Amino acid sequence: MSLIHLVILSPLILAIFVPFLHKYFRQIHTGWFVLILPILLFIYFIGFIRSSMNGETYISTMNWIPSLGINFTVYLDGLGLLFALLITGIGALVVLYSIYYLSKEKEALNTFYVYLLMFMGAMLGVVLSDNLIVLYSFWELTSFSSFLLISYWYQREKSRYGAQKSMLITVFGGLAMLAGFVLLYIMTGTFSIREIIANVDIVTADALFIPALILILLGAFTKSAQFPFHIWLPDAMEAPTPVSAYLHSATMVKAGIYLVARMSPIFAGAPEWFWLVSVFGLITLFWGSFSAVKQTDLKGILAFSTISQLGLIMSLLGIGSAAVYYDYLDDNIYTVATMAAVFHLINHATFKGSLFMVVGIVDHETGTRDIRKLGGLMNIMPISFTLALIGSFAMAGLPPFNGFLSKEMFFTGMLHATQIDAWNMDTLGILFPVFAWLASIFTFVYSMILVFKTFTGKYQPEKLDVKPHEAPIGMLISPIILVSLVVIFGFFPNLLSPSLIGPAVSSILPDYFLIEDINIYFWHGWTPELFMTIGVVAFGTFLYLTVAKWGKIYEWFPQRLALNRFYDGGIVALERGSNKFTNSYMTGFMRDYLIIIFGFMALLLGALIVRLDVFTFNIADAADVGLYEVILAIVMVISTLTVLISKSRLTAIISLGVVGYSLALFFVLFRAPDLALTQLVVETISVALYLLVFYHLPEFKVQITRLRFRLTNFIISVAVGLIVIIIGISANSHRLFESISSYFEAATYTEAGGKNMVNVILVDFRGFDTLFEGAVLVIAAFGIYMMIKLRLADKKGGVEGEGK
Amino acid sequence: MEILMTIVAGILVACATYLILSKSILRIILGTALLSHGAHLLLLSMGGLKTGAAPLLGQNADSYSDPLPQALILTAIVISFGVTSFFLVLAYRAYQELKTDDMDKLRGNENE
Repeated sequence: MSLIHLVILSPLILAIFVPFLHKYFRQIHTGWFVLILPILLFIYFIGFIRSSMNGETYISTMNWIPSLGINFTVYLDGLGLLFALLITGIGALVVLYSIYYLSKEKEALNTFYVYLLMFMGAMLGVVLSDNLIVLYSFWELTSFSSFLLISYWYQREKSRYGAQKSMLITVFGGLAMLAGFVLLYIMTGTFSIREIIANVDIVTADALFIPALILILLGAFTKSAQFPFHIWLPDAMEAPTPVSAYLHSATMVKAGIYLVARMSPIFAGAPEWFWLVSVFGLITLFWGSFSAVKQTDLKGILAFSTISQLGLIMSLLGIGSAAVYYDYLDDNIYTVATMAAVFHLINHATFKGSLFMVVGIVDHETGTRDIRKLGGLMNIMPISFTLALIGSFAMAGLPPFNGFLSKEMFFTGMLHATQIDAWNMDTLGILFPVFAWLASIFTFVYSMILVFKTFTGKYQPEKLDVKPHEAPIGMLISPIILVSLVVIFGFFPNLLSPSLIGPAVSSILPDYFLIEDINIYFWHGWTPELFMTIGVVAFGTFLYLTVAKWGKIYEWFPQRLALNRFYDGGIVALERGSNKFTNSYMTGFMRDYLIIIFGFMALLLGALIVRLDVFTFNIADAADVGLYEVILAIVMVISTLTVLISKSRLTAIISLGVVGYSLALFFVLFRAPDLALTQLVVETISVALYLLVFYHLPEFKVQITRLRFRLTNFIISVAVGLIVIIIGISANSHRLFESISSYFEAATYTEAGGKNMVNVILVDFRGFDTLFEGAVLVIAAFGIYMMIKLRLADKKGGVEGEGK
Repeated sequence: MEILMTIVAGILVACATYLILSKSILRIILGTALLSHGAHLLLLSMGGLKTGAAPLLGQNADSYSDPLPQALILTAIVISFGVTSFFLVLAYRAYQELKTDDMDKLRGNENE
């Protein structure tokens, strides 16, 4: 266990102490104690930047289950470091923000920070684990803590609904991912990502390559809210805003992006990977930005915007994978897409985090997030307005903010995608930039709606519950820091490129990539990308101004494609279907269950007999048929049938007695004197018992009717009887070895000193059977005694007297 | 001989199955009794029905019938007797308490 293990686990350790801190330091907001940790961790991770710039990686292993190859191995490279910095940096800002956002008196702060710290530790574990199983464990812990955080206000119905939905979808994906990991293990025999990458040739050649690819992508797509699994994210907005800012914009939803990036060295180069990642990314990008425009809730807009931006990053990662296919020829033009993905990942975390915080401020100070009630807050909340303006412009991709640069690179990547001459891209490729461009227009529109519908226009104080005012300064610190980063990264992108982006990209595209290649230019000349951006702004402005007219298409269009309806309907149908299915066979009638049991037995055995063709008929070994036996057999069969068809129960009981006595006679004929004795006695007592029970049935209630003849009963009983006969005959025809009875014959007198072989076997050779058979009788006797003597309380609570 | 006995056992099992599938508790118990008879018969005939002396050494015969299946059947008879008598008393008590011996009416509480 090294320091870095402690670093990853430190949030979880601190989580243990949070309830005590909350309890014993009531005067101080618990968040202050929590805040220290992410700051320390952030500083700790910054220390790694220098070595990471030189291409060094850090590995440390702590044994967990070495016999299964599952060890807690920490692997810190450029990609892991970038995510670790995002998690701890934004984590610190979010904790600071939450200190002012959540009230000390009204909220259950201890649970909030426990969940948040759990999430932070889990997320660090996801991005820094080299072992797939450890990664999966932390992955599920993020799902779980996200579930807890979404349902933080568990009194609200919608919170619980959103939490359940996100849990179901992300856990579904998580399990698929686990299956994919197991497939990778089957192919390579190791859970270590580094070792799998080293053996990538084995994986690519294996037949399980495609299933593993699809399963792992399912995990990534559900976690990163890709189409059509994006539906949980808007419902997760019921969480407190710091949670939305942290989990559902900056960190957790990027776990899927991380997974795709991390797995790129294994899967990139396969056409399936390229198509799935880039096409689903593009669909998500377009659908998210298109749906965001119709939202009236500020957090709803941001949720769909997050979906759309995640799709953008995902599609860039997909296009970047083409570089592997071309073995990095063609001037590395596809690696620019991967670079753009990483760059936009950072940018998105900064501006989306700040936007969520601003929205939280607006919500906090006005009491609503509904843009139909908001407006004209510019003069009341000037700082928030500035922050929102910069964040939105960055999101829309306007200069001079960082979103502009990554959007230009995004267009570059998309334009390069059209030059791919494989996989039908020569015809379909043109759709890539077209979709990207359309999506950017909608992105522009909702970004403008977000900022201008909230802060400009008519001030409507009558619709607001509280009198709005500017937020306290503490609440503004975090968004101000993030927005400063937006601006700084916008003007000085090359602060990031060698330190963070380069190492991260070289983790995604190892072997071929040189960090020195990366340079992001603020001004890149009159390129097609610039004209595309100008077009976006022109069309976007036009659409924003006319949204009242064309916005009607949302009234009919998205409702038809509402995936939520599909999800809700699916859940209901599943529940109803399983209910119906269970009720269809769990009828409560004993007879139905018996029919199922007997029918299944007959079918299974019958099918096996036919399939394996085991029926044999061989009487060479059988004894001769004697006259007495035949007569007795006829008597037995007739009395058995009499039991069956008797009209009264008395006849049935007497016929059963006849069957029992003829069995005793059989025992006589087949030379089993002890059996005959026992059978006679037992049968006599049994018949007496039957008569006793029969006597106690009140006269008037007994319906002495003919047994109901039921065809199903008949068929099943005939089938069962036939199966028994067939198996019996077949077994009799195969005498595989001699009986061991010759031993008993020889040893009964010499070893045990008896002459009755059966009795010697019962009490000497196999005495244990007899002991427990005696125990059975004793238990039965006690049971009968208890049943007759013991009277449990009736419904009124009274106890009937004993021996009544 | 074994074939004949197997067929008889099969008929016993078929009838037992038919009775077990009926509604009245008493008939179900009759069915279980028939089933155990069928099983004992099957055990005996599976052990081989070669004619020989009863398995008593005092007989001084050349060959004896197999003692092991007989010991097994003896154990089985006693156990099935214990279980059957328990069942019978259970049916008797159930009838006393619930006033019915119809299996369709003995379905437990719907509200549970």
